[in-house]
Amino acid sequence: MQYLLMAYVNEGSWPKMTLAEQQQGAAAYKAYGEALKKAAVLVGNNRLQPTATATTVRIANGKSQVLDGPYVDSKEQLGGYYLIDVKDLDAAISWASRCPAAGHGIVEVRPIWSM
Amino acid sequence: MDALQPKPMNSCEGDEQARNLAEAVARGSYGKLVAFLAARTHDVAAAEDALSDAFASALADWPVKGCPANPEAWLLTVARRKMIDAFRGQRREIGGEELQGMAEGLGAAAIAAEIPNQIPDQRLALMFVCAHPAIDAGIRAPLILQVILGLDAKAIASAFLLSPAAMGKRLVRAKEKIREAGIPFRVPEPEELPGRLDAILDAVYAAFAEGWSDPGGTDVARRDLTEEAMFLARLVTELLPQEPEALGLLALMLHAEARRRARRREDGEYVPLAEQDPELWDSRMIAEAETLLLRASALGTLGRYQLEAALQSAHVDRCRAGRANWTEVVRLYDALFALAGSPVVAINRALAIAELHGASAGLDAMPEAASDPRLAEYQPYWAARAALLAKIGAQGEARQAYEIAIGLERDPAVRRFLQTRQSVLDGR
Repeated sequence: MQYLLMAYVNEGSWPKMTLAEQQQGAAAYKAYGEALKKAAVLVGNNRLQPTATATTVRIANGKSQVLDGPYVDSKEQLGGYYLIDVKDLDAAISWASRCPAAGHGIVEVRPIWSM
Repeated sequence: MDALQPKPMNSCEGDEQARNLAEAVARGSYGKLVAFLAARTHDVAAAEDALSDAFASALADWPVKGCPANPEAWLLTVARRKMIDAFRGQRREIGGEELQGMAEGLGAAAIAAEIPNQIPDQRLALMFVCAHPAIDAGIRAPLILQVILGLDAKAIASAFLLSPAAMGKRLVRAKEKIREAGIPFRVPEPEELPGRLDAILDAVYAAFAEGWSDPGGTDVARRDLTEEAMFLARLVTELLPQEPEALGLLALMLHAEARRRARRREDGEYVPLAEQDPELWDSRMIAEAETLLLRASALGTLGRYQLEAALQSAHVDRCRAGRANWTEVVRLYDALFALAGSPVVAINRALAIAELHGASAGLDAMPEAASDPRLAEYQPYWAARAALLAKIGAQGEARQAYEIAIGLERDPAVRRFLQTRQSVLDGR
């Protein structure tokens, strides 16, 4: 089954980190990505630009309405995702718990709607 | 396990035997059949629907054609056919030949695998599904009661003081999550077993506690729940005989159940433990509980349920022998508090300390309502405070605490008991 692991982190804390801390953080994510690849479960992953760069779009009264900013303003923001293919929810949870974001934020595990 | 299996019967006369047999199979094998049907598809709701159709067919078919030699296999065959039909029907609604082909190839084939002669017992795996950490803790006990025992949402709702509609909705949502989120149907590996088993034991105990809160046994739905919970606890100990906490839980329940009759006078009035007549206790249940505890302690891992059962055992010992053992009781509460520092344990520990070192020491050990808002609405907390306050001579405060306890109690007999205690304060 495919699962999307969504990493919610406080994006405001990243710029406040020292360069060494940032390097260490990035290295942890890199190692995590490598582990996923080595286990042959990674389908795709990306880190997202901060929510300040987000734009929301919706159609209201037949007209598209475009707004600056993210859909939800929350303490933690979606900062990246991993799409993985594993046997079951237990395996997905086990990978989610290894994600560095679980240590300084929250990882939401969502099964992919299979067509 | 064999005791649960209905005896094969070759013929039966009339509706009554068919109904009896169907009921016996429903009671003993419901969860086993649901587990078998849902193991491949992970669709618990579909398995339950198909099984209830199969039971309806049995009631129509068995009185006419005679009871089958293997009723479980009969029900399974019919249920599986119904499941395949439902599955195809569903896919047809979605439409498209390609999809239908897929449905035949994947779903139907998965459902239609061989039915073995001896149906494997996958109830434990199904219980682990129901008590999976991804399932909301509050719905685990109702889910197990429904899926393993076949209780309907209405009966469960009344026991858990919820509206049937709300309970039904939560059960449906939980089953959807099981199906869609890919919760695995398996017994966890040994290294993760203890934590995962705790979730099952907690759910079973929650069901028992809901039933227990009507000790008078006036509410049938609740009284039945203690029986169902004991059945589940027994099932877990049969399927996992080497798990000390499962044995501890069953021992704890047996101790509580053994004293049920003694908790009420003949006129229905509440009798506290210290005033109960040990002659009224069920000594067979107590003996079984003691044997289970011994077995558990031989396995070498202590836990919450073993400690609670050991406390029950100490209470029984004291009352029977008429010899105070409060040092031992306080020690057990200390261990329990260190393991599961709940306010409920703290209250009972404080009461034991009061027996050992006096009421004011007990009051000092009592948790503060300010530190845990749940205590403010917990009747035993106020009743315990009131009893200790009365002992140190703080009549006014004691009266007030009894007043709050009385206002929070839902059992009329316990309410009357507290009112009597309160009126003694006034010398009335």
